[in-house]
Amino acid sequence: MNVDGELEQLNQCVNSALQEADRLGATQAEVAASCGEGLSVSVRNADVETVEFTKSHGFAITVYKKSSKEGVPGLAKGSASTSDLSKEAIRRAVAAAMDIAHYTAEDKYAGLAPSELMCTDPADLDLYHPWDIESDEAISIALSCEQAGLSYHACIEKSDGVSVNSSAGVRYYGNSHGFRAGGKGTRHSVGCGMIANGGEGSDGMERSHWFSSSRLHTELEGSIDVGRRAAERALSRLDGKKIKTCEVPILYSAEVAGSLIGHLIGAISGGNLYRKSTFLLDALHTPVMSPVVSVFERPRLIQGSASAAFDGDGLETYEKDIVSDGVLQSYILGTYSGRRLGMESTANAGGVRNLRASHSGQSFETLLREMGSGLLVTHLMGQGVNTVTGDYSRGAEGFWVENGVIQFPVKEVTIAGNLADMFKHIVAIGADTDTRGNVQVGSILVERMKVAGA
Amino acid sequence: MSVSSIFEEASSYLLGPSGITATDLETQLSKAMVPGVDFVDLYFQRVYSEGWVLEDGNVKDGSYSISGGVGVRVISDDKTGFSYSDDISLGAIQKASAAAGTIATHLNGSSLVGVKPFISAPVSPLYGQLNPLESMTRQEKIALLTRVDQAVKEADPRVIESTVSLVGNWQSVLVAASDGTLAADIRPMVRLNVSVILQQGGRRERGSCGGGARSTYGYFSDEVALGYAQEAVRMAQVNLDAVDAPAGIMPVVLGPGWPGVLLHEAVGHGLEGDFNRKGSSAFSGKIGQQVASPLCTVVDDGTLIDRRGSLSIDDEGVETQNTMLIENGVLVGYMQDKLNGRLMGVGSTGNGRRESYASLPMPRMTNTYMLPGDDEPSDIIASVKKGLYAVNFAGGQVDITSGKFVFSASEAYLIEDGKITRPVKGATLIGNGPEAMKHISAVGHDLGLDRGVGVCGKNGQSVPVGVGQPTLKIDELTVGGTA
Repeated sequence: MNVDGELEQLNQCVNSALQEADRLGATQAEVAASCGEGLSVSVRNADVETVEFTKSHGFAITVYKKSSKEGVPGLAKGSASTSDLSKEAIRRAVAAAMDIAHYTAEDKYAGLAPSELMCTDPADLDLYHPWDIESDEAISIALSCEQAGLSYHACIEKSDGVSVNSSAGVRYYGNSHGFRAGGKGTRHSVGCGMIANGGEGSDGMERSHWFSSSRLHTELEGSIDVGRRAAERALSRLDGKKIKTCEVPILYSAEVAGSLIGHLIGAISGGNLYRKSTFLLDALHTPVMSPVVSVFERPRLIQGSASAAFDGDGLETYEKDIVSDGVLQSYILGTYSGRRLGMESTANAGGVRNLRASHSGQSFETLLREMGSGLLVTHLMGQGVNTVTGDYSRGAEGFWVENGVIQFPVKEVTIAGNLADMFKHIVAIGADTDTRGNVQVGSILVERMKVAGA
Repeated sequence: MSVSSIFEEASSYLLGPSGITATDLETQLSKAMVPGVDFVDLYFQRVYSEGWVLEDGNVKDGSYSISGGVGVRVISDDKTGFSYSDDISLGAIQKASAAAGTIATHLNGSSLVGVKPFISAPVSPLYGQLNPLESMTRQEKIALLTRVDQAVKEADPRVIESTVSLVGNWQSVLVAASDGTLAADIRPMVRLNVSVILQQGGRRERGSCGGGARSTYGYFSDEVALGYAQEAVRMAQVNLDAVDAPAGIMPVVLGPGWPGVLLHEAVGHGLEGDFNRKGSSAFSGKIGQQVASPLCTVVDDGTLIDRRGSLSIDDEGVETQNTMLIENGVLVGYMQDKLNGRLMGVGSTGNGRRESYASLPMPRMTNTYMLPGDDEPSDIIASVKKGLYAVNFAGGQVDITSGKFVFSASEAYLIEDGKITRPVKGATLIGNGPEAMKHISAVGHDLGLDRGVGVCGKNGQSVPVGVGQPTLKIDELTVGGTA
């Protein structure tokens, strides 16, 4: 991808759209434009299955308009988007947004963030590391990954597909305050699915998946390790048993523990707060989790998977504590939701970026021992989370643990509770952080939950 | 509108602006058919969509979007090369073809297959072609949302929040393939959704309801639209009184309509051709076997008039059909697209669908439902000593390899001694598809289809679908409550 050329094109696109919005009488306007390009290959049964080339564009404008009538407070809003970045298409999109703003009601909370809050340090966070890879090489990496998985154990019956992806993207944001900023980034990944079959006397197939993802291809986990890990996980699920309905401690393994932190973020996000759609309403500066939990955001990590120097409203992102020793320190707000709540934006328009949780020092094995007897959960299924009430009920799989030792795989059970209560009964967070995603956390031990089984 | 005029109209939107002709399409296909390649298709698409959202009693947000492009797929045996462009022009098609054609370097075969002459088989449309976005003025759209919001507020003084949204889209697609396919479709879709929060004392509960169809906004008559408002409020009212759901194995009675998400998860995905060709489904190799109780007959029917999951032609240009999947409990067929159907030695069943020009087609469901049985729904409930009656669901998921599936109830009641007693909180139900289907012991005569809200996700691609079923009883299913 010709990054400088694309950035220049996006820049022109943003400028011309903002000029057009101004010409049509917009009081304020903001524009985001992007371009992405990638290669994706997949293999199965030791042969190539798909080779995909992707290249797409996106353009979105939001305009804000003062009422033509005297004394009507607030701004009316209209948005439009297009995948076509031609001059004509952009001109039409701006006109469509303006037209919508002619009909929507004025909203006193709508509009850009104040210009003095625009990002002044659009730091280069070193997110762009293209991988000069052709489809042949990507296929051979995928094949070696698959081979490693298939040869891991005799019970690994087949592959569920292995993929290697590499993509690069640029984005550009501008608004009528004169703020302009761009960014570029890459993402590469290797993902592997393996299917295990115990054969005669076994009760069918199990599959599992493992992946590695990074902004730098050199940081990817080795393809052989990815394949083995997927195989190991599929194999370990064979011949799972259903356990009796019970109430026991639950250890969320690191690869599923991030979902709990995700539910916390959903519950303290501006949109849910101002719509009163959360069980954590008015919870700022109160204990919402157990004192062992601290959660913080590091949006400007060098090479971070979700790093960004500015948020979706053009505000400079900054490090913040979200939960300290169990006490809620910050909501997750953009400009609009902040105004709705009478608060400052936390520069989180577009979401959280690089969320981390502190750990209480224990290794995974130590946590197993601390749990004693209970359920280790390694796979979760379904939605089953009600953010309004905190009610939680999800499909789960994993292992039954007795006296800190894994006994047998468990399948087809649910784990249930209420998030408000579960958060406060987190006993420990392990040091075995899963470093792959936007939310990085170790295994989480919850004191007790209801397991529904046989 | 006649079939040929649908083609003319779609073609004028998709090819007209860049002056591409049918001869050009044939030339492009021929160029891509290098030795070893046995199939090539071009998929043109343009989508116009809009959304209007009412919050706090006012429509403060509106959006409009245009997207489109062309996808080029090159297949040899079971290998696929794919590329796309968001610019529809001969140059862009050539570039995309060259990229997709790199798959040819991985081919074993060397025989040259020719491009068949285009045949446009007449397909009668299952829905109108009018652009829903233009079926109401903006004032009328805003007035509709406002009326719905007022109905919400009048329904219960405990409403503290309501969000009403109206979404419409209109797309034209055109498929040209080396097997002689040349087909086009114009597809409308509308959707109205209501979400409310009720508060009583310190307790808040959500209720939501919505619906839609392949139609214009005229579908949302006051009776329909205000009905959604009342239903959303009713659901929140029920949940305000809900007690903790039970935990453990018990008989579960599912109401008619939307609870058909059971079939979508427990059997539907497992019967998609790709998983079965690869042998990764719990239903692989089971054609002709008893996979469900003899009371169960399940179809996937893309031919229902105006339904959300319906398509006049699928995204490979194949006419959709009513496909028998399970007949009296016996597995009789899979859902197929061209690629998987050919590799399994059967034809496409018109289930080749894709989210957009930028993604590859796969076998996907359309409207999946169970045919009615003989039982009286009230008798089914009366037959349960202690169990759960679930009538609304938030969604589900399946692991097609092990057959395990979950679906989450959002409105459910306890059945005690044959009577519906108290509402219980939402809970996830979990089971194994083939086992759960064998435990179906009663099927009502009250087949219902959902209101037109389903979205199905597979490999990162979302497509609209429908589900349906009569009231039915599963003797044993695990209910994931806390009590």
